[in-house]
Amino acid sequence: MEFFRIKRDIPFMRYAMVFNIISMAFFVVAVAFIAVRGLAFSIEFTGGTVMEVSYSQSAPLERVRSTVVGMGYADAQVQNFGSSRDLLIRLPLRGADSNSQAQKVFEEIKLIEEGNPAQLRRVEYVGPQIGEELAFDGMVALAFVIVGIMIYLAMRFEWKFAVAAIVANLHDVVIILGFFAAFQWEFSLSVLAAILAVLGYSVNESVVVADRIRENFRRIRKASVPGVIDNAITRTMSRTIITHGTTETMVLAMLIFGGPVLFYFALALTIGIVFGIYSSIFVMSPITLWLGIKREDLVKPMKKQDDVIG
Amino acid sequence: MGLALSFGLLYSIPNLFGESPAVQVSTARATIKVEPGVADQVEAALAGADIAHTGIRWEATTTGNTVRVRLESTDLQLRAKDAIEKSLNASGNNYVVALNLVSATPGWLTSISALPMYLGLDLRGGVHFLLEVDMAAASAKRLDALAGDVRLQLRDKRIRHNGITRSRDGIEIAFREVVQREAALAELKKNLPEMDWQVMGAGESAMLTGRLLPASEKALQESALKQNISTLSNRINELGVSEPIVQQQGASRIVVQLPGVQDTAKAKDILGRTATLEIRMVDDSPEALAALATGRVPAGLERYTERGGQPLLLKKDVVLTGESLTDAQAGFDSQNVGEPAVHLTLDAKGARIFREVTRENIGRRMAIVLIERGVGEVITAPVIRGEIPGGRVQISGRMTTIEAADVSLLLRAGSLAAPMEIIEERLIGPSLGAENIEKGFNATLWGFVVIAIFMGIYYALFGVISVVALTVNLLMLFALLSLLQATLTLPGIAAIALTLGMAIDANVLINERVREELQAGASPQIAIATGYDKAWATILDSNVTTLIAGIALLVFGSGPVRGFAVVHVLGILTSMFSAVFFSRGLVNLWYGGKKKLAALSVG
Repeated sequence: MEFFRIKRDIPFMRYAMVFNIISMAFFVVAVAFIAVRGLAFSIEFTGGTVMEVSYSQSAPLERVRSTVVGMGYADAQVQNFGSSRDLLIRLPLRGADSNSQAQKVFEEIKLIEEGNPAQLRRVEYVGPQIGEELAFDGMVALAFVIVGIMIYLAMRFEWKFAVAAIVANLHDVVIILGFFAAFQWEFSLSVLAAILAVLGYSVNESVVVADRIRENFRRIRKASVPGVIDNAITRTMSRTIITHGTTETMVLAMLIFGGPVLFYFALALTIGIVFGIYSSIFVMSPITLWLGIKREDLVKPMKKQDDVIG
Repeated sequence: MGLALSFGLLYSIPNLFGESPAVQVSTARATIKVEPGVADQVEAALAGADIAHTGIRWEATTTGNTVRVRLESTDLQLRAKDAIEKSLNASGNNYVVALNLVSATPGWLTSISALPMYLGLDLRGGVHFLLEVDMAAASAKRLDALAGDVRLQLRDKRIRHNGITRSRDGIEIAFREVVQREAALAELKKNLPEMDWQVMGAGESAMLTGRLLPASEKALQESALKQNISTLSNRINELGVSEPIVQQQGASRIVVQLPGVQDTAKAKDILGRTATLEIRMVDDSPEALAALATGRVPAGLERYTERGGQPLLLKKDVVLTGESLTDAQAGFDSQNVGEPAVHLTLDAKGARIFREVTRENIGRRMAIVLIERGVGEVITAPVIRGEIPGGRVQISGRMTTIEAADVSLLLRAGSLAAPMEIIEERLIGPSLGAENIEKGFNATLWGFVVIAIFMGIYYALFGVISVVALTVNLLMLFALLSLLQATLTLPGIAAIALTLGMAIDANVLINERVREELQAGASPQIAIATGYDKAWATILDSNVTTLIAGIALLVFGSGPVRGFAVVHVLGILTSMFSAVFFSRGLVNLWYGGKKKLAALSVG
């Protein structure tokens, strides 16, 4: 079976301008959302307490909320988590006794309804010291990945590819962040891990295309540069769609069966993979073209013996 | 190829066995070791109680030796615990008998270190704490002690000074004359090498200021951290947790993980307590009592409250501290039968001081102060009736049995070198852990099934081979995780799923290439060879970039991110191996023998 038996190269590069405008539009919207709404950082970054409580019957959400607010946590968030019996309660940091607040709150809400006792399923407390460090480590990791990948690509191919690939993939990262800002999805450590994994993964895509471009430069001597790129993209299309499809299958399985803990992780991956396909074709390749990629950049010219003057 | 397969199989097998209920015996006291003979005692106790077991093992571990008994059911487990406890602790609480789960992996597998994967707390339930040691307090404590030393030194050498004060981060000594300062400086430099002294002022305002040398401050902090870790380990052993983790993280942090513990309040209470003992004299002089009545606290005295609410005035001089304590046991008063008491044993130096003090202060009262989290409480303030030699002290009065046990536990577990604060805490219930495993497993399974069906249809035989290679990849990943005993967490399971999804990429690249070569008119054998060769370069490139991201996560990540990264990185490595090496082997096995191939089954 074969889905993509494309005989003629699709002239992607002819429409490069159109795609770039679309990308820019997405990018600007994403940046605007990040700037205006900001990311909904999880307690791992902000510090605070999260507790998951499971009631034996439907959880008395409103009563729990009023109880928690009544204990002086005006900014506490109480919401259903996974099912109607489970509640997720987020408490902000409060003074020195922060690390014992979960216990106190639980004592109060445990028996809020007669015959419907609660069970403490999970508590996470993060002190104020940790958050800043995590944010910093996250930034360092991001920088490390970007620099590492750029160095590798520059060595293996050419700096123009390195720049183009990174721009394309940062474009993805910003768009993922844009989604998280726009919908105020919780940005946790696992989402950060997903973003970094996506960064490494969708660079694959750029690598595969770059690899083909190089091969084509060697093979087809007469073709124009846009023609070579078009051919490379067309020939790798099938593989791109299929691998992303399989990876996305796994991620979707996580999204559906993985439960609430893995939900945002899988969501970040989904967005990253979808935009990864797009960006490696429609962002990375035009940028390499603009940076003026040439045959000589990739195919090392043979030294002519005649040039040597004895 | 066969080797890789059998390695994968062998080391992933232990994960199938699951866990069986067990009872674990460990020592409750530093002075008692769990010898192999204890295993015989345990066996005899079980035989006596007519409880069948499925194996008794004595093990030497880094945190002390243990004896573990495996049992058929949790019901038997509880009965066995009672029987063993009764038999071993007939003469005092010498052993901790705790319920536990032990892997049911057969012995021959364990002996080649084929163990089941080590599950993280989010999969098995338990508590996790990250504690930060207050290093400033550790330094301050040391400086306090050094200030005392300075005073002693100067008094010994008869060097006169105008007062020794503790500044915020050092010690200041004032002198009347420069000559005395010079003498003091020479003496202090010789005897207190861990401090750096600076000369300040002249004439009547001559001063010396001393600070801790950076090297000694660092050494001090390291030892404070070590002492806290060992103290925590002791306290946790008292809780009877199986497989606890107490580890250093960074320069000033300690990670504590207690699998299976559900009562965080109790665990936190035990961990967070920094109990130290001080023995001080009570001032019952008429002046002091008068001052107490008016609520005034005279100089040199401190006001404390006795258990029961009675206020007391204690002298500031500390007779003895908890450092002189070698053991503390809960028991009963030797005179008042039935009254709970704590029996203390002092070291030689402590015993000598105690003897002197009791001899000189007959008829006066002595207070035993327990200081927890900076708050002192007088446990008891008995009247000294006679000289107490031998370093054996009994504290009794207004205590319940449980209080006596708690106090002795706290004293025995030793004091912390510096206070600590919990800066991160996670609690995961056991039902949530089981649910997480199930969810992660389901997600991986369904994803895998869909991919397998798709690959089989789309690439025909080559697709089937890819799926076999992918299965081998999964097997090897499990084997590697089991062998390295890397902690598997829920993000780790996510990484397994993700890695599988990504690993198929290599196979897709190969299959597409082979197809392409065939379409370009290459003969089947050549198509296979060039297809694999050309795809290899691409696979390598794309995996290296993924690996860079994985390593970044491993290096800079913490907690859940690291759990993800470990599996991710291992998965990338195994997938490169299985996709190229293994699937090619299979293809060669299938097509290799046939000289003249008409067609390949790549769909």
